[in-house]
Amino acid sequence: MCLAIPMLLKERNEFEGVVELDGVSRTISLMLLPDAEVGEHVLIHAGYAIGQVNADEAAQTLELLRQHADNMVDL
Amino acid sequence: MSEAPELRDPKVVAALVGEIAATAAPMDRQVVLMEVCGTHTHAVAGAGLRAMLPEGVRLISGPGCPVCVTPVDYLDRALALADLPDTTVCTFGDLMRVPSSLSSLERAHAEGSPIEIVYSPRDALDLARANPARRVIFLGVGFETTAPTIAAAIAEAEAAGVDNFLILPGNKVMPPPMRSLVEDQELKVDGFLLPGHVSVLTGWECFRFLAEDYRVPGAVVGFSPADIMRGVADLLHQVADGRAEISNLYSRVVSSEGNPVAADLVARFFEPVATVWRGFGEIPGSGLGLRPDFAHRDAGLIDVELPPPHEPTGCACGDVLRGVIDPPECPLFAVACRPDSPVGACMVSSEGTCAAWYRHERLTGTGR
Repeated sequence: MCLAIPMLLKERNEFEGVVELDGVSRTISLMLLPDAEVGEHVLIHAGYAIGQVNADEAAQTLELLRQHADNMVDL
Repeated sequence: MSEAPELRDPKVVAALVGEIAATAAPMDRQVVLMEVCGTHTHAVAGAGLRAMLPEGVRLISGPGCPVCVTPVDYLDRALALADLPDTTVCTFGDLMRVPSSLSSLERAHAEGSPIEIVYSPRDALDLARANPARRVIFLGVGFETTAPTIAAAIAEAEAAGVDNFLILPGNKVMPPPMRSLVEDQELKVDGFLLPGHVSVLTGWECFRFLAEDYRVPGAVVGFSPADIMRGVADLLHQVADGRAEISNLYSRVVSSEGNPVAADLVARFFEPVATVWRGFGEIPGSGLGLRPDFAHRDAGLIDVELPPPHEPTGCACGDVLRGVIDPPECPLFAVACRPDSPVGACMVSSEGTCAAWYRHERLTGTGR
């Protein structure tokens, strides 16, 4: 449940942003990460961006998630 | 410089396994290390890391699954609230199958109770906005990663005047049960692998008490096999050298102070309260209760009738959560209690220790 998923921040307004992973976009809140910038990878947990990560870390975390996808779907 | 690419290299894990064996070999006793994060539980089991450790090193799981440590009376209360008129209960999906005293959210939902699975507290807030005549109650279960998202939803509800959005407070924080664990003379934990994404929010400083008050080392680690084995090696070196420090081995994501915006929001709406953890009982200051100024959003204050609390007969979840036994030592494990017919919370939740052992390690024995 404490797992956060790295996604690319594609656009943002004052309070919300659009993040993308594998071509799927979703709207998230930037209330917990007000300084996030478009083009950054952000960690998403329960509909909120909670922290920044660099592109390498994002790629590595996603690779792990895919390996464990069958176990982790509910997280 | 990036730390990430080398973590994909199996040679890195093999080198760490060798380093761990060499460090453990001269030690004259077994070293017990504990992880306290459901994602670590699964990463350790899924990669078969326990089998790579020498006999002198035991890696056990603690209370890292928020659904698993949520006591049965919380679920009883959630179900009672769902029975009230004009009320909808919203929950994260992994709470659905956890047994209550008499039923479960999933069963009640199948029987027609207004229970909705949401991905985010914001979805529950949206439901409240769209249904002003209904009371929408979000089940606030989770650790430090989740609490800020719930605080943010409350802040949005306050700002927008969405008065029919309530919370059933059930959030918990990790440091207090870790104190109980290090004070447990039976268990004797020598070091902790500290949770990666919890630490994104809290920063690693909040774990200093382990080293300062108890001389127990800790290492914040990420989720790859190399991350975890690097943490094990670091803790072993510290134990061997008689050192106790908090190492941040996930500095590419985790800072010392965490996310201050999130911390401020949590402090605005929540205050520390005593709360019950399955397996531990009540731990002072380990829960987050809504501050009295926000009592109008506290569904825990609504008077409902609860059944006498009843845990599943024979279930040893409590001992598993304290790390006192490994899942195969429970008489129900893999016999009466399996992922397709779970008896206890630790088998129900995909993050649970029993579910992880069942999937990956049920044939390997306990290692004790």
